[in-house]
Amino acid sequence: MHVKAQVGMVMNLDKCIGCHTCSVTCKQVWTNRHGAEYIWFNNVETKPGVGYPKRWEDQEEWQGGWELDRKGRLRLKAGGRLKKLLQIFWNPDLPEIDDYYEPWTYDYEKLTTAPLSEHDPVARPKSQLTGKDMSIKWGPNWDDDLAGAPEHALRDPDLEGLGEQVKLEYEQAFMFYLPRICEHCLNPSCVASCPSGAMYKREEDGIVLVDQEKCRGWRFCVSGCPYKKVYFNHNTGKAEKCTLCYPRIEAGQPTICSETCVGRLRYLGLVLYDADRVEEAASTPDEKDLLDAQLGVFLDPEDPEVRAQASRDGIPDDWIEAARRSPVHALALRYRVALPLHPEFRTLPMVWYVPPLSPVANAFEHAEPGDPDDVFPAIDALRIPVDYLANLLSAGDAEVIRGVLKRLAAMRSYMRRKEVGRRPDAGLAEAAGMEPADVEAMYRLLAIAKYEDRYVIPQAHTELAGRLMEQQGTCGLDFEGGPGNCGAVPASEPATNESFMLTDMAEGRMPAEAAANDEPDDQPLRLNIVEMLERGSRAAPEAEA
Amino acid sequence: MSAGALLLWVVIPYVALTIFVVGHVWRYRRDQFMWTSRSTQMLESRWLRWGSTLFHYGTFLAIGGHVIGIAIPAAVPDAFGIDEEGYHLISVSAGTLAGVLVLAGFVILLYRRLRFPRVAATTTRTDLVAYGALTVALVTGVIATSGWNLFVSGYDYRETVAPWFRGIFLLDPNPELMTEPPLIYQIHALSAWLLYAVWPFTRLVHAWSFPIQYLGRPYILYRRRYAPARTGGG
Ligand code: HEM
Ligand code: SF4
Ligand code: SF4
Repeated sequence: MHVKAQVGMVMNLDKCIGCHTCSVTCKQVWTNRHGAEYIWFNNVETKPGVGYPKRWEDQEEWQGGWELDRKGRLRLKAGGRLKKLLQIFWNPDLPEIDDYYEPWTYDYEKLTTAPLSEHDPVARPKSQLTGKDMSIKWGPNWDDDLAGAPEHALRDPDLEGLGEQVKLEYEQAFMFYLPRICEHCLNPSCVASCPSGAMYKREEDGIVLVDQEKCRGWRFCVSGCPYKKVYFNHNTGKAEKCTLCYPRIEAGQPTICSETCVGRLRYLGLVLYDADRVEEAASTPDEKDLLDAQLGVFLDPEDPEVRAQASRDGIPDDWIEAARRSPVHALALRYRVALPLHPEFRTLPMVWYVPPLSPVANAFEHAEPGDPDDVFPAIDALRIPVDYLANLLSAGDAEVIRGVLKRLAAMRSYMRRKEVGRRPDAGLAEAAGMEPADVEAMYRLLAIAKYEDRYVIPQAHTELAGRLMEQQGTCGLDFEGGPGNCGAVPASEPATNESFMLTDMAEGRMPAEAAANDEPDDQPLRLNIVEMLERGSRAAPEAEA
Repeated sequence: MSAGALLLWVVIPYVALTIFVVGHVWRYRRDQFMWTSRSTQMLESRWLRWGSTLFHYGTFLAIGGHVIGIAIPAAVPDAFGIDEEGYHLISVSAGTLAGVLVLAGFVILLYRRLRFPRVAATTTRTDLVAYGALTVALVTGVIATSGWNLFVSGYDYRETVAPWFRGIFLLDPNPELMTEPPLIYQIHALSAWLLYAVWPFTRLVHAWSFPIQYLGRPYILYRRRYAPARTGGG
C-alpha cells in the first residue's frame, strides 16, 4: 500500500442552473489571452447535446483514454509509444478548431466611430484566429438549453442504444446541465500520451499540470485525453489545461469555478488512495466493474491502519484529518451518491457527479408513508431516462443509477415527512439501505450545503517547500506548470505569448540566492529572443510597462 | 588562394558554426517557453497530413544521404566493391527520391501556409527566415543532385565538396577544393551555412527535441512540489 492524497471534486447536478458563471470566471482568470480564446477549462454542456468539442465522448472517433488489449493489459487507445513517435508529424486523432468553434469578437469601435447615417451601425464579428470578418457557424454552448436540438441533440453519443425512449418533442423532452473541468485523473492518459514528459501529476494533491517549459507542442495530450480537457494554444504552440486553481488550493481556498458557483453545487475535498492499485483498477476487465474498482482504490481515513501508513508515506496529519471530513469521500464512498463521468475511459477520473433527480414532479411526495414500494418504482418514470444517465455515469449500468436515485429519493421523502411534522419514516431510509442518521447527514451536505462543509481543503505545507523562496516577488500564478495569467499586459496591445513571458520574472529554476535578493531588478529577466527578432527592441520595455 | 575564397569557404563556415552552437546554448537557456514545434494542425489538418509527413520523412532521408555522401570518404564504398559508377547510381536515385519527397512536402506546407488565413496568421518573421533558408537549400540541393546529374553531366562531389566539408570539422580547412565545383554546388554549400546560422533562432530547434526517451519511460509521471516530508522514522 502506498498512500497518496488527491483533491477531488463532486458536482451535484440537481442544482446546476446552467448559468455559466463558473465558465466565465475561470476564463477570466486563466484563459483570457490571445491563443486561448477558444479554450474553456470549465464549460457547461446541455445534455443531451453534442458537447465541446463536438462528440468528445465518442472514443471510436477520437481515440482518447485507455483500453484493454486482447490479453487484458491496459494500453492507450490511440496506440503505443512507437506508433506515436512515427505519427508525430501529423497526429491522426487531433480535433480541429472547428470541432470546438472559431473564436470571435466584434468590431465594437464601429458603433461609436461610424458617421451619422440613416441606419444603425453594426458591429460585425471578427475572427480571433485571422482578424478578418467571419460568419458565425458554431460557438460555445451553441446548443445551450436544447437550442437546435432536433438537429444536434440526437448526435449526442450518450443517446446510443436508447432508441424509442428518447423523445425530443417539446412536451417530452428532458434536459440537464453538465459542468465539466479536467478530471485530474488517477490514471491520466494525457500524462501517458505526452512524449516529452512535460505533463505530470503532483504527488501531494494529485493535480495534473503541463510544464510550459518542457512542452514541445507534440499535441498528443490533446488527443490522448478522452474528456478533451487539454487544449492547444495556437499562439504559444503549447498545451494548456485546468490547473484546479492550484495556487488557491494550496492556500486552502476552493477553485474559482467552485467559489463562484451560483448553485453552490460543487464540493472539494481530499481522497486518500492506494497508488499501488491504480493500474490494476484501471485494468478491470468488465467496464461495469470500474466504479467498484475505483472505489476500491480509495482508502478509508477512519481506518487506523490507513492513517498510520499515510503518515509513513509523508502525508501531514492535518491532511489526514481533512480527509476524514472530506465531502468528496462522503458523497462517493459513504453515501454512494456520486459517480465518475464515463468510467469506461479507464482514466479513473476524480471529478464526480451526483446524478440529477429533477424534475421529480410529485412522484415521491404523494407516495404512501411507510411504503417504499410506492416511492421507488417512480424512478423509472422520471423524465431523464435512467439509461441515459447510465451511459454518462456508470458505463451503462442502469442498476447503479437506480441505486443512487433511490437513495436521493429516499432522502427527499424522509426529510419531507420529517419537516412537515409527520413522523420521520425510518423504513424509507432502510429500504434505500441507509441509516436515518446517514440520511440526515447527507441532507445537510447536499441541501443545506454550508460553505465549510462543501470545501474541506487543507493548506499546502509550506514548511516542506524547498523552493518557495524563489517565488518571492513573482506573480504567484506563473511558476512551473501553470499557464499563469497575471502578467499585466498593456490593454492597447493584444496579449501575446511573448509579452506574457516577459512578466514572468522567475527564471524557472532560479537559484534561491538570486531570489532572496531584495532587489527585484537584479533578477534575471527572461527575454524572448524570437520576439526580439520579430519586434525589435520595442518589445521588451513596452511589455514590461 | 584568394581572399574571396577564404571568406566564402573558411570564414563563413566557422562564423555560421559558431552562431549555431552559441545560439543554441543561449536559446535553450533563455527561452524554453517558445521552444516548440508550434503545431498548426488544429488550424488546418488535411493538407498538413501530407505536407508534414512527406517533408519530414523526406528530410530524414536527405539528411541520411548527406551523412553517407559527405561524412564517409569515397574509400569506404570502394572497399566494399562499389565503384564510382555504382555509387553514382545509388546516390542519384536515392537522392532524387528524397528530393522529390522533401520538395513535394515543402510545397504543400508553403501552399497551406499562404492559402489558409488561419495558418497564415500564425506565421512569424522567424518562420519566414526559416522557410527562406530552407527554400534556397532545398532548391539548389535538388538541382545539384537530380537536375545536374540527369540533364547536364555527372559531378563527383566526393572529390571536392565532401573533403572540404570534413576539413572544416577536422580544423583543417581546404578552401581551394571549393573553387572547382559547379556554381550550383557552391550555392548549395553556402545555403547550408545560412540554414545553420538561422537555425537556433527559428522554430527549427524543435528538431533537437525529438522525444526518443518516450520509448523507455513509465506512462504516468509524478512530480513532488515540496521536498519529501520528514516523517516519524527519519
Ligand atoms: C527530428 C525530429 C523532428 C520532429 C519530431 C518534427 C516534428 C514536427 C512537428 C510535430 C511539426 C508541427 C506540425 C504541425 O503543424 O502540427 C513540425 C513542423 C515543422 N518542421 Fe519538424 N520535426 C523534426 C525535424 C525537422 C527538421 C530536421 C526540419 C527541417 C530541416 C523540420 C522542419 C519543420 C518545419 C519547417 C515545420 C513547419 C511546418 C509548417 O507548419 O509549415 N523539422 N515538425
Ligand atoms: S481529464 Fe484531465 S487528467 Fe484526465 S486525462 Fe484529461 S486532462 Fe488528463
Ligand atoms: S479549477 Fe480553476 S482552472 Fe479548473 S476549471 Fe475550475 S476555475 Fe478553471
